[in-house]
Amino acid sequence: MDKIQVLLALSVALFAVGLLGVVIRRNMLVMLMCMELMLNGVNLSLVTFSHQLGSTVGAVLVFLIFVVATAEIAIAIPIVLMLVRQKHTLDLNAFTSLKG
Amino acid sequence: MIESLLQHLDTLLLYVFAACALVGAVLMLVLRQPMRVAMALISTMVFLGGIYGLLGVHFIAAFQVLIYVGAVMVFMVYVIMLLEIRESAGMARYSALVVPGVVATALFVGALGYGVWHGYPALIRAAAGTRFGIHQFSISFLTEYWLHFELTSVLLVAAVVAALAVIKVSRRAHG
Repeated sequence: MDKIQVLLALSVALFAVGLLGVVIRRNMLVMLMCMELMLNGVNLSLVTFSHQLGSTVGAVLVFLIFVVATAEIAIAIPIVLMLVRQKHTLDLNAFTSLKG
Repeated sequence: MIESLLQHLDTLLLYVFAACALVGAVLMLVLRQPMRVAMALISTMVFLGGIYGLLGVHFIAAFQVLIYVGAVMVFMVYVIMLLEIRESAGMARYSALVVPGVVATALFVGALGYGVWHGYPALIRAAAGTRFGIHQFSISFLTEYWLHFELTSVLLVAAVVAALAVIKVSRRAHG
């Protein structure tokens, strides 16, 4: 297993742990943080490929992902604040009415 | 002995950082309090920044620390302190989807891990791992990808407007 394979395996592991966290955790803030972890895993694979191929495409995409992650958090946090103000809990099961 | 160790120091550091990042990620699943989860995520991000630095893409390492740890996670920690809602000890940490979630993730990791283990296309294997600095990056960013760069500003404005709209709706709902 060479260096690139280790980094790709780490990227897969980070993405999978983030996905698992989004699925199994009940705290909304923890779920948001697990989403950030998934983005980080993808970033790692992009940087690894970009470094290996010597092309700047991956690095450019990583920058765009930074921007998207920041925008995502900037919208998600006010929504979470609103929901918590209504129900006074971070537990996901309190928000089943969102199912419609 | 020491000379050979110093020669492989960057590879060794890379493996150590990778292991630490993975430990931080797994801690995120296990820890209960959101603040501790946030600290674990921050450590994972810092170690990823270290990995980027070792790979030679220093500017991405700097932005990883500046944007992710400096902006996004500080915002997250601020919100956790603002809400100050402690989980009661009796509350379950995991939802009812633990078993299907773990099984699905195991399948997912198996499929992707099989792909990683069996190597990658010859194109990537043949590439020598050349380094590029911020010089080449900025030139291609502002010549080839200028449209995407400009579109991110549109996205950020849309995000600001959306956040303001959310706050306005919540104000109206609460009088």
